[in-house]
Amino acid sequence: MNRFAAFLDRLSYEAGRNAKIRLMVDYFRSVPDPERGYALAATTGALGFVHAKPGLIRQLIAERTDPVLFGLSYDYVGDLSETVALMWPAPAGAAEPGADHKQQPPPTLAEVVETLSAALKPDLPHLLARWLDGLDETGRWALLKLLTGNLRIGVSGRLAKTAVAQLGGLEPDAVEEVWHGLSPPYTELFAWAEGAGGRPEARDPAPFRPPMLSHALEEQDFDTLDPQAFCAEWKWDGIRVQASAGERADGRPVVRLYSRTGEDVARAFPDLAEAIAANSGFRGALDGELLVVRDGRVQSFNVLQQRLNRKTVTPKLVLEFPAHIRAYDLLVDGTEDLRALPFAARRARLEAFVSRLADPRIDLSPLVPFGSWHELGAARAEPAASGAGVDADAIEGCMLKRRDSPYLPGRPKGLWYKWKRDPYLVDAVLMYAQRGHGKRSSYYSDYTFGVWRTVDAATAARELVPVGKAYFGFTDQELLELDRFVRRNTVNRFGPVREVTHAADSGLVLEVAFEGLQASTRHKSGIAMRFPRISRVRWDKPPSEADDISLLERLLAGRISA
Amino acid sequence: MRPSDVLKLTPAGLCCPLGGFHIDPLRPVERAIITHGHSDHARAGHGAVLATAETLAIMAARYGDGFTGAAQALAYGEALELGDVRVALAPAGHVLGSAQIVIETKPAAGPVLRIVASGDYKREADPTCEPFRPVGCDVFITEATFGLPVFRHPPAASEIDKLLKSVALFPERTHIVGAYPLGKAQRLMALIRAAGCDAPIYLHGAMERLTELYQEHGLALGDLRRIPAGSRRDAASRLPGAIVLCPPSATQDLWARRFADPVSCFASGWMRVRARARQKGVELPLVISDHADWDDLCRTITETGAAEVWVTHGQEDALVHWCTQQGLKAQPLHLLGYGDDGEAEPEDRPADDAGTAGAEP
Ligand SMILES: [Zn+2]
Repeated sequence: MNRFAAFLDRLSYEAGRNAKIRLMVDYFRSVPDPERGYALAATTGALGFVHAKPGLIRQLIAERTDPVLFGLSYDYVGDLSETVALMWPAPAGAAEPGADHKQQPPPTLAEVVETLSAALKPDLPHLLARWLDGLDETGRWALLKLLTGNLRIGVSGRLAKTAVAQLGGLEPDAVEEVWHGLSPPYTELFAWAEGAGGRPEARDPAPFRPPMLSHALEEQDFDTLDPQAFCAEWKWDGIRVQASAGERADGRPVVRLYSRTGEDVARAFPDLAEAIAANSGFRGALDGELLVVRDGRVQSFNVLQQRLNRKTVTPKLVLEFPAHIRAYDLLVDGTEDLRALPFAARRARLEAFVSRLADPRIDLSPLVPFGSWHELGAARAEPAASGAGVDADAIEGCMLKRRDSPYLPGRPKGLWYKWKRDPYLVDAVLMYAQRGHGKRSSYYSDYTFGVWRTVDAATAARELVPVGKAYFGFTDQELLELDRFVRRNTVNRFGPVREVTHAADSGLVLEVAFEGLQASTRHKSGIAMRFPRISRVRWDKPPSEADDISLLERLLAGRISA
Repeated sequence: MRPSDVLKLTPAGLCCPLGGFHIDPLRPVERAIITHGHSDHARAGHGAVLATAETLAIMAARYGDGFTGAAQALAYGEALELGDVRVALAPAGHVLGSAQIVIETKPAAGPVLRIVASGDYKREADPTCEPFRPVGCDVFITEATFGLPVFRHPPAASEIDKLLKSVALFPERTHIVGAYPLGKAQRLMALIRAAGCDAPIYLHGAMERLTELYQEHGLALGDLRRIPAGSRRDAASRLPGAIVLCPPSATQDLWARRFADPVSCFASGWMRVRARARQKGVELPLVISDHADWDDLCRTITETGAAEVWVTHGQEDALVHWCTQQGLKAQPLHLLGYGDDGEAEPEDRPADDAGTAGAEP
């Protein structure tokens, strides 16, 4: 457990993707089964057991420390688990010479996980105290985070699987394919990755198939791509989902709704999952977009977001935000794997499959007819007039798929393209800057920007109100210049944050590109931006000419389009 | 005689009117006794300075030979009469030459009262300085930099192990380690050598003078090098795989950009608290301190047998509370001007000035 904790500790400070993978590969290589398998499960969130409540931890520490000292320490550290991990006293007698035999040996992660999965709530206090006695500061921190279900270390499931794949010469997608049939401590998986065993059987009746992804279309691509070789579909602004359904040996259906990264989100959409389970025509796997459809009309991403934000799914929520799948590919029909077939053939199978389902919750994403790139460009600019009708609000561009493309995992070149609608743009004023992490820790690379708001209509007095934060979109050269600007124009400091001069006649205008807006009570402006990034630095523009918040408010209200 | 007759708090710092001197005064005084060479304790411009020979040498290296009117060296264990008190120095284990100041009243003035002003101190073994020696006393004046029970330093060797493992795992990256140029830096070099690593260690300019001084005092630190001049595009001059030591402020400075995909490390007791390490953008925190941790502060107070404790700079409240729980008389001395709570923006202090960027309290 101490070794696992040291590994987690290091991972939690590391920002770089490749460095994280290297740390994981090193750990998996040097730690034996089953310890490493439980570590993999812990980092991917695949462990399930009774969680300890903060109250229990408070009670344990209160029995062992002075309340005044605990209070002062907690105030200083600001995190309960960390405070307790640091101030947990050495068990009585441990400090005496020759007392080593009295000390609890540190538990292994495997011991912790296996014991907890069999443990009942009343066992927790005793178990936890015994383990804490045996561990060092970092070990206690990791244990408490694990037990309270607060282990956040910035490692995605995909990253962990990539690290496992790198133990041998596997592709991450090969690990994805077998992943959902496996369970901790993943002994067969490691054996396979290290060449000591065969490929684990995919026993899951509804496994995940790594999705096929597209490239962004670039201006010069139009010269080389032949329009006749491609089909076009609308690009929906929802959640990419793979609906996978099969049957267990006893005939009971298994349904999973996988996100793009292979997380099963079925629990958040029981209405859909149950409908699929009940429909015996749906056995196989299809690829589509999860959307909220009300009264025959696809709702914008904002509406879908409102459903996603709810912790518990109530019948009322399901009625108010009916989930829907707009299908665009069929990977498996019954038990037949279609992925090697060309897109056009899969599309024909998909059309038959969907019509067989006869479920209003699952329909086809229509093809967009076109003869030339020019024609498609016109449709993309005006989806409402080009067949999308009332659903146009939920469209963010077009997808181009080669008629002869097989379904390949990852992002193969030359087969699928996304031609996104142009982003929204706003001219905003740089207000605050903060240092980045890792490689960027010497640069002010996180920028908070604002737009004007009228505070007094009579005098037309205006102030800047922050509307977003962006930390990419600029080139390395621009980063150098922005960093220099921040250092030379700082007017105030709050810890790691610098306030930068921002008045009508002095300051820096940033052209910010973003994908959409949402109403938000957490932001002073009442608005949250989706995917903001710096598209241009407007060294030439005075802040007084930056945009006004009324522009964003009109956009949010849907009264203007990009 | 009461302790407060022997030592008084004045705007210049702790003053002993009976002996006619101040301890680590914040502003120029006629006669100063200096516990150790960190710049918040050892300032230039006093009429006369009494300290260990090592501390005097450090002050001369930082401020030039004219840093005081008259310098007088006192070895550990030697005593000296100053006015109506006797003064002796005992090792504090903090940095080279660091001393506790032992002040004793004379028998003629009634029962002898002994006060120990410990300055900054630590108990963990350190190959670069004499180990701390507890001195029995009536009143013990202690620092409280890490005076909260969350501060428990792990063995320094295990932190060095963390650093060397990271160097082995990322041989294409430079590990730049922020460390105070007086004491911490030399201790790190010694610890790295003790761990069996004899690769060259590269030093920021602010480290050179004080490191030479440690070497002149007989400390073997192996192959130390200056950072080679060269363009950023020259792969070798970006020092992949090397360990570079620099003042803490420099790790986030423009200076750090010259290295190969640097791993930003920081050796300090503050690194025990995650929020602190994160706030500084540290990727590899090394919990290595030249101050006593909570357990050692408590142990030391007990070992001195003092019935009364004065707590100076740091987290006074918790330590005063602990003393009271032990039945000791305790009070905080609100000494301002010492220590660094670690919050200051590092880059605002010139990185090439060992005196300001370099001092750990
Ligand atoms: Zn000091």
